[in-house]
Amino acid sequence: MKRKSAWIRAAYCHDIPLREGRAVRWGNREIAIFNLGDRFLAVANRCPHRGGPLSDGVVSGATVVCPIHAWKMSLETGKGIHGPSASSCVETFRTRVEGGIVLLEFIDNLGESEAAPSQELSLMCIQPGDCSSAAEA
Amino acid sequence: MKKLVVVGNGMAGVACVEQILRHSPKFEITIFGDETHVNYNRILLSSVLAGEKTDEEIVLNGLEWYQRNHIDLRLGVRIVGVDTQARSVTGDDGSVTSFDKLLLATGSVPLIPSIEEVKKDGVFVFRNLDDTRALLERCRAGMKAVVIGGGLLGLEAARGLQVQGCEVTVVHLMEWLMERQLDAAGGAYLAAKMNQMGITVLLGLSTTAILGNGKVEGVQFKGGGSIPADLVVIAAGIRPNVGLGHEAGLEVKRGIVVNDYMETSHPDIFAVGECVQHNGICYGLVAPLIEQGKVLAATITGNKGPVYQGSVQAAKLKIMGVDVFSAGDVEDKLDGSEAIRYEDPALGIYRKLKLKKGILAGAILVGDTADSHRYLDWLRTQKDLVPLRRQLLFPAPTEDSGIDVAQMPDSETVCGCMGVTKGTIIQAIHEKGVNTLSQLKECTRASSGCGSCSSLCQSLLQAVVPEFEEEVRRTICKCIPVAEDHLRDILRSQWLKSVQEVLDIYGNGVGCEICKPALSYMLDMLWCGDHEEDRSARFINDRVHANIQKDGTFSVVPRIRGGVTSPDELRRIADVAEKYRVRMVKITGSQRIDLLGVKKADLPKVWADLGMPSGQAYTKGVRMVKTCVGTDFCRFGVQDSTSAGIELERRFENLFTPHKVKMGAVGCPRNCAEATVKDIGLVGQEGSWQVVVGGAAGKKVRKADLLVTVETTEQALQAAALFFQYYREGANYLERTYDFVERVGMERVRKETVYAPDAAKQALLERLRKSKERSSDAWLEGKTPRHRTQFIQIQPLEEVLA
Repeated sequence: MKRKSAWIRAAYCHDIPLREGRAVRWGNREIAIFNLGDRFLAVANRCPHRGGPLSDGVVSGATVVCPIHAWKMSLETGKGIHGPSASSCVETFRTRVEGGIVLLEFIDNLGESEAAPSQELSLMCIQPGDCSSAAEA
Repeated sequence: MKKLVVVGNGMAGVACVEQILRHSPKFEITIFGDETHVNYNRILLSSVLAGEKTDEEIVLNGLEWYQRNHIDLRLGVRIVGVDTQARSVTGDDGSVTSFDKLLLATGSVPLIPSIEEVKKDGVFVFRNLDDTRALLERCRAGMKAVVIGGGLLGLEAARGLQVQGCEVTVVHLMEWLMERQLDAAGGAYLAAKMNQMGITVLLGLSTTAILGNGKVEGVQFKGGGSIPADLVVIAAGIRPNVGLGHEAGLEVKRGIVVNDYMETSHPDIFAVGECVQHNGICYGLVAPLIEQGKVLAATITGNKGPVYQGSVQAAKLKIMGVDVFSAGDVEDKLDGSEAIRYEDPALGIYRKLKLKKGILAGAILVGDTADSHRYLDWLRTQKDLVPLRRQLLFPAPTEDSGIDVAQMPDSETVCGCMGVTKGTIIQAIHEKGVNTLSQLKECTRASSGCGSCSSLCQSLLQAVVPEFEEEVRRTICKCIPVAEDHLRDILRSQWLKSVQEVLDIYGNGVGCEICKPALSYMLDMLWCGDHEEDRSARFINDRVHANIQKDGTFSVVPRIRGGVTSPDELRRIADVAEKYRVRMVKITGSQRIDLLGVKKADLPKVWADLGMPSGQAYTKGVRMVKTCVGTDFCRFGVQDSTSAGIELERRFENLFTPHKVKMGAVGCPRNCAEATVKDIGLVGQEGSWQVVVGGAAGKKVRKADLLVTVETTEQALQAAALFFQYYREGANYLERTYDFVERVGMERVRKETVYAPDAAKQALLERLRKSKERSSDAWLEGKTPRHRTQFIQIQPLEEVLA
């Protein structure tokens, strides 16, 4: 399986307040970026439960709580933390900061991208081993 | 089956019947009551007068109890004759009822002192439910009420009338209040408390005449002085009701004379309660009557054996903030006794113990009655106090209240009114599966008298019942393991002003979606808005001042004070709805208009176009005041509820609260805007407002409790403000007013708000004023956002290459 990765400049760091999230949109795809003070973390802005905007959630350490039904998702692994959310996960994105700008890594799974339309990418977990059930699905 | 006729359907008679039913053989029982009510708790009449309890709530034995026990209940029939030859009683309805055994439980009648013109319109006694209803019907806020008699009943009546908004004066013949239960110093402490509450106390005054032409206008005293009055209540004491005793030829002195088996001078006639005299004493308090009933039940059913040996007289005054307890012999006299005293004038605490030969003879507690059960136990058991000399006035400190309960001996009485011991309660818990206070009441009758032991019962349940659930010290969540009330003190004393600071110092440094909003609220409240606002600790609704919907859009509810809008506002709302393609325009249940389906990025523009302030429909804060049309249009309105409601909303709007606060104002008791199921309600009446609190019509439906009745709209608004700030400061986060008032108890709420000392009231109002001053319409952030990206969508700096 071939993988292509690209770092995309997403947003100015100062546009994302401390311990809050903001959504950045590319076409149909929205990514929530969170400012944890010492780092930025990013996940798809769509709660695996009912699609709630995770960027509007309250940040608790390296997790975010969806504002719609309070599912708690890890921003590091994308996994749900407890209860019914535990078997779900949200796509995560690697981040890095350069010159006051947050960059996101987009990985295109080329082996499957021809078959799968790009917006479905956000429903899948990319990082291997993190959310194995979803990755296999 | 033998016939038992009981004359008197009051507490003593029926309690005795309850005991009789436990014995055999069984009787065919008929009970006559001259009142038209089933057996109710007479001790709580003052609570009915104060609007804390309804008639139904003080019922002790409902009709179904009589039916279930096959008791023939004859209400509204007064027995006027006893024929001991024919063994029958005659009612004032002409009925003749035969008996094998007769039980007289005729109670007592109010003592009316010889006062001229005492039969005037506006003169009341305060003895039964009908008297109470009549008083409630007559009294109005602003009326001048004079209570003649400064004993237990008089003082409780005075307080009830005051809660109803009357200006109350207590006139007492003796040199100090409750002279039978207190000494002069204790009486002075009590009088000071009554004065502090706003009740005038006049001592050493003999009332000679009721003034007025047909209707009460004042009362006159010996020596010529007089004071004006619209209403007079005579509570000068009681006299045993012994008429039937004479009629039956029984030995009667002050009361019907009974021996230790509760037998009268006639073998088949018995007597119990306030109408009897045992060993020279007539008892007027409930506990002795219950003890008598137990003995009598054994005697009358042929199980003669138990004897009544007299009771320790104990009395508790049931007035919020005026804790008074007295038991035993408290009179100062040279009888070889020693008095041990403690007093603290600033705190209003007075304690006096009277010891005789190392044994407690009597006790007086004013200002703090928490130890009353300990003294009562010492009195009853005649405990040798010599080894306890150093702990007489204050118990040796215990680790916590649980240990205190555990240390109580099983024989110690918990409920003095009903004579229920700790052992009985424990037994009920273990054998009958009791695990709530109401079950305990039902099963043992504990705390069904004056109710002052309910907290003790509660702690017993807590200590013994494994499933007993009561939040004792609630923490917000596990991120910050400090009890919420304690945390408030810490934050205040440590000058902590930001959520993260609090979490770093006292919590796990991280926080969560539960504690962060709670801490945000707490800091805002504690520092009256002068805290470091951290929006990351707020729920999204409080970051963008709109209510998030399931699709991630928002709902917008502008403020429409009191539900009164204008064509111009409605036009703007309509324009906004069209311009921003609002998916639904909805009239809410709170007399407001909801625009649903607005995008976050459109919020500032929507607010600007509306030109109306935020209705705070998205937050734990002041929601709205629902009003009726009041006096302007309504044919029935007696108070201008619309203006009052709008003013109420203006005064509290933009403030945060522990949970949402919905209010209502109605112009008459028809209650069209449902003020009695709101967190705070103003209920207009002819010439007064009732301020009610703790109502709910959500998942739970609860009728609001009366806080106070006042004359003017300004007074009503102030009472509402006192409660509002008191709730803001004392409630746990996410605790609605209806849970708050139940947890704290209305007694305490009143005592700490409308009846608080002036300085405390001013302090509450001052903190509210500060908070209000620092608050502002949240929608102003539409024009000056706190953060550049508060509402706008971030545009990516670089496109993703396809």
